[in-house]
This record gives sequence, C-alpha cells and structure tokens, in this order.
Amino acid sequence: MPLTQLAFPANIALLGNPNCGKTALFNLLTGSRQKVANYAGVTVERKEGRLRTAGGRRVNVLDLPGAYSLNALSNDEAVTRDVITGHSAEALPDLLVCVTDATNLRLHLRMVLEAKQLGLPLVVAVNKMDRAKKLGIRIDLEALARELGMPVVGTVSIQAHGAQELLKVLDKPLARRTPSTWQPPDLHAVRHTQHEVQRIFRSTVHEPAVDADPSERIDRVIMHPFWGLLILGVVLFVTFISVFSVGAWLTGFIEQGTAWVAALVESAMADGPLRGLLVEGLIGGVGGVLVFLPQILILFLFILALEDSGYLPRAAFLLDKPMSKAGLSGRSFIPLLSSFACAIPGIMATRSITNWRDRLTTIMIAPLMACSARIPVYTLLVAALFPGDPLEATLLMIGLYVLGIVSAMAVAWVMKRSTGSTRHSVLLMELPSYQWPDWRSLAIGLYERAMIFLKRVGTIILALTIVMWALYTIPSPRTRNGGSPIENSLAGEIGHALKHVFAPIGFNEHIAIALVPGMAAREVVVSSLGLVYAMEGNEAEVGSQLEAHIAREWSLATKLSLLLWMVFAPQCLSTFVVVKRETNSWTYMWLMGGYLFALAYLASLFTYQLTSYLTAH
Amino acid sequence: MPTRSAPLPLNELPEQRWATVADITVPDHGPDRELVLRLVELGFVPGERLRIVAEGIAGRDPLAVRVGHTTFALRRYEASFILVEPLS
Repeated sequence: MPLTQLAFPANIALLGNPNCGKTALFNLLTGSRQKVANYAGVTVERKEGRLRTAGGRRVNVLDLPGAYSLNALSNDEAVTRDVITGHSAEALPDLLVCVTDATNLRLHLRMVLEAKQLGLPLVVAVNKMDRAKKLGIRIDLEALARELGMPVVGTVSIQAHGAQELLKVLDKPLARRTPSTWQPPDLHAVRHTQHEVQRIFRSTVHEPAVDADPSERIDRVIMHPFWGLLILGVVLFVTFISVFSVGAWLTGFIEQGTAWVAALVESAMADGPLRGLLVEGLIGGVGGVLVFLPQILILFLFILALEDSGYLPRAAFLLDKPMSKAGLSGRSFIPLLSSFACAIPGIMATRSITNWRDRLTTIMIAPLMACSARIPVYTLLVAALFPGDPLEATLLMIGLYVLGIVSAMAVAWVMKRSTGSTRHSVLLMELPSYQWPDWRSLAIGLYERAMIFLKRVGTIILALTIVMWALYTIPSPRTRNGGSPIENSLAGEIGHALKHVFAPIGFNEHIAIALVPGMAAREVVVSSLGLVYAMEGNEAEVGSQLEAHIAREWSLATKLSLLLWMVFAPQCLSTFVVVKRETNSWTYMWLMGGYLFALAYLASLFTYQLTSYLTAH
Repeated sequence: MPTRSAPLPLNELPEQRWATVADITVPDHGPDRELVLRLVELGFVPGERLRIVAEGIAGRDPLAVRVGHTTFALRRYEASFILVEPLS
C-alpha cells in the first residue's frame, strides 16, 4: 500500500471497566492538557485531553466513562455505549484503547471481546503491570495479542514512563475499520463470551497457586462488623479534626490576605460608592468565596485519597445496611460525605448512583449535611451560648452535625414511604483491591473539585455579595428615624417586611435583615450581623463583639431557634441552581426548598416557643 | 479431590467457605433479569470459584464476595440468584 493511503490515529478513546486505572492512565497521557465538561444533554462528565506520541504527533484522547459492559445499566455506561456505537453527537474515535487491569484480566477481558464486535481498530492496554509482577502474575502479552487479534501493550499508569509502549503503538498506521456486528448481548451471548474469556485467560495468564493480594486479609479487619466500624469512626474523626484545625488555620491566612488587599484599596482611593463596591462588594465577595477553599480541599483530599486507596467503597459496604433502613444504599455514602465540604460537589457526586430514586433522595438530603459555610455561624452561636466553656460548646457543635444526619435519614425514610416503592434497590458494586493513592490523580482530582466550587458556587456567591452590597447601600425610599444606615437601606426594608414572618420563631428585625444576604452563602450571616449592629474593626474584632452582644442581648430561646434554623434552612442559592441542573426539574428544586424551609420553620418555632415557655416559668 | 454437595443460593453459603458457581437463576423479565445478566458479565459463571469474605453488620447483609481477583458487594437478595456448590 502506498504510504499516502495510511491513516494514523488522531482521535482515540479510552474504554474500560471502572477501577482499571483508566483515569490514572488518561492523566499520565495528557498531564494537565485536559478539558472537563458534560456530554450533550446529560450530567455525565466528559474528559478530553491531548497527548504527544513517541513520534511527536498530537492525538486527542477521550476518557470514556467507566463501564463494565455495553449493556448499559447506568447513565455513565449509556454514554459510553452511545459514543462508541455512533449513537451520539460525538464523532466515532479512530481507535479504541481498551484499558484492562493486569491483576484482574479475568474480569476485564470480556469487555475487550465485546468491544471487538464494534469493528473499530482496537489496542489493549494491560495496565497495572507492576502490581501484577509483584503478585506473581505472569501475562504472555504476545500470546494475548494473537488470541485477541489486536495489538496488546503493557502499561503502568502510576509511573512517569509507564505509557511508552502505548505511545509507540499510536504511531503505527490504523487497522481498517469493519462494519459493526455489535448488538446488546443476551444471556446466551454473554455466557458464550465468558467461555471464550476463560479459554484465553487460561492460555495466556499464569497465576501463582496462592493469591498474594493482601486485600482479602486487610478486608477481614476493615470489613469486620466491630473493628471495621471502629476504624471507620477513627478515619472520619481524623478527617474532620483535620478539616477544623488545619482548615481553620489556612482560612486565617486568606482572611488576613483579603483584609490586607481591602486596606490597600481603601488607602489608595477616595471614599465613595466605587470604593464601597470594590472593597465590600468585589474584594469582600472574592474573599468570601476563597475562605471556604481550605476546608473544602482538605475534606476532598481525604475523600479522594480514601476512595483511590479502595477504602471508601468498603465504608459504603459497612454502612449499606443502616442506610438501607432509611431507604438508601451504601452508594449514597460518598456523595453525602462530600456534602460536608459543600453540597454542590456532593450533589454532583450522586451521579455514581445508578438507581434514579436513590439518587434523587440523596440529592434531596445532601443540604442537611453541615457544609463548611455553616461552621462560622455555628461557631459564633455556640460560643455565645456557652461563653468560656469549650467542652459544652464542642458537644453542642457535634450535636448539630448529628442532628443534620439524623434528620436526613428521617427525610429519606419518609421519601421512601411516600413513593411506596417496593422494588429492591441494587447495591452491586466492586470493592477494588487496595492500593496506594496515585499523587498525580489526587492533584488533578483536587484541582477539579476546586474548579467546580469556584465556578458553580463562587460565581453565585460573588454576584450575590455585590447585589447584597447594593441592597445595603441604597437607602430605602421610606426613611425611618433613628437606626443604623443599614436599617434604612433596601435590605432593611426587606428585613422589616419579613419581621412578621420571623417573629413567631424569635428572630428580631436585625436577624431577619442578616438572613437575607445569607442566601449567597450561610457564613455571610455573620458579617451581615456585624453590619446590622454597626460593629467596627477587622473580622476577629467584629466576631468577638458579636459574640458578646449575642450572649448579652439575645434570649436563650432566640439563640437556640437561630441554631436550628441554620441546620435546616435552604440558605444557599447555589444549591438550588445545581439541584435544578442535576435533576433537570424545577419541581424537585422547589420541593427541596419547600421542605427545607418548612422543616427549619417548624424546628425553630418549636424550639423558640418551648424554650420561651420553660425560661418564663 | 474436594467433594461436592447440593447447590445452594449464595446467600446461604457460610462465610469464608470456598464454593464454585453451579448455576444462575434467570428471572423471565424485568429489572432482575438485567441484574442477573450483569452478574454473569461480572464473572459469576459456572465453574468460577468464590468465597464470602465479609458480611454486613446486621442480618448478614450485604455480602462481600470474592470471585477470581475481584471482590463485589452484593445484597443478599442479589446473591440469591447465584447457585453455588460448597467445596469441603
């Protein structure tokens, strides 16, 4: 054949089971040259990147969502099937790279045989070759290539040069595409394929007589009904202690930095509306966004490392039974844990839940997990309730977290009852072998979470902070005598109008005003209270003045009532936006807002009235 | 040679006891059929050796089943479709 007729791969796609190291291989191939978006019309993540072959050619790489089969059971699998069968808006790739796990070829080869029917040129990457060698598994790659009738290369996605063989193959001309013979296999076809897999496996892979994988031995402890739960408790304890201590420490730096920039602008500009907009709106808004990053990133560092190591799926296993009592499955555990950082990435993480009803329930209860924006408000109120008593304050703080979790389970239970579904929700999930987390994937995963937060949450917080600044600054047409400037602003007018709504639950006009901007982010309530009470000074000074003022002036009933309000109230517009997007439904968005508001109002009403009655008698 | 006893559903297999997959119960239709198809795709095919390596906190639910080099978490209901022959 003349050279001009040879085609070389320009667009390739990575296909493979979850947990085969596909994404780690993608990260190794493309480095930071990645683009993350969604597939058209669905909330499934689309990852594309660029690599350079051994010969220096540029190739686009699509990292398809992990799939066990083209007989799709989840949204992820459906997207993968549609892309490689040509039923999507995506162009068919020139070449499919089937990524398999060398330590688990028995499971992964079936997908290769299924993909072979597509007629696309294929290459098999046998990944985790280093681990297979350690476990004494010998794979005859040449024999495997002969049996499968396609090129086979070994890769190690966690080593810097672990993809060299694959990069060399990408410089070879493409095999010819043949018409697809794939159709959704029935049970008979699957069994037939499995026989073929068994035959190929036996003739190409040599396993040691004794399984050297320590996973089973580790599992005996990690998944032990007693020791397993104890370890889970310790892991969660260490995680949250780190979020609070290290996170708060880093947050301090960001606050100082914001104050420094604000002071710089203030000293450089003359007083006026523009300076106010810059300092209180823009810088305050950006600072208000960045301040959450440390705590969110630390929690996600733990979550990603624990997930990558294989631990979190085991935790989900341990918690499956208790969670099934509430009508959920262990699969909801990771999204809910993420929601303690921020409900938005938590809600987006529900995409891994295949059952739609389970996923919807998880989305609905995610805002009840105490996210990092609640921490400043909780801290302020708890300190005002127990001045100079750190032990009782800590216990109350833990109590608030537990209250959120218990309420979430109760809501999930009610949702399950009301839908009256008796269908078995399916758990079926792989518990991958234990491994050390790959630092490259950790770094990229953390970066992606940070970007989700900054884009989805940050832009809304920033915009709202500016709107709120305007509401605070623009005077109300009906000026009342006396009161701080803020009480005479548009925001004051809104608070005034809400006074009657909030009076039965013990919130005075000041609190009502402060709750309005809290819709941007809950923690803004703290600085708003500072503004309402016209307190001067930096954040720490305002904080201690507020604490003293609240301890002195607010009744016990009001303090408790506001605490309960912060546990339940739908005080976050970003969450609304994401719920609308992920469920593609206004109804669910309003349903969530409605039930959270009702829950908050009733809880506060009950607390306020009962405490008032008890303290009066 | 290991001796064989009568097949039983996987959810009745004692923990840590080795067994081989004997057969799969196939429902006629519906979501359970999808589930069974997936179980077969994941390697629960006659002849494969497996063992329950861990069980859930309450009521032996869910089960962690090691088949080949993979461990799967299954609810007892999901496991009941897999018939196994315990090896002694």
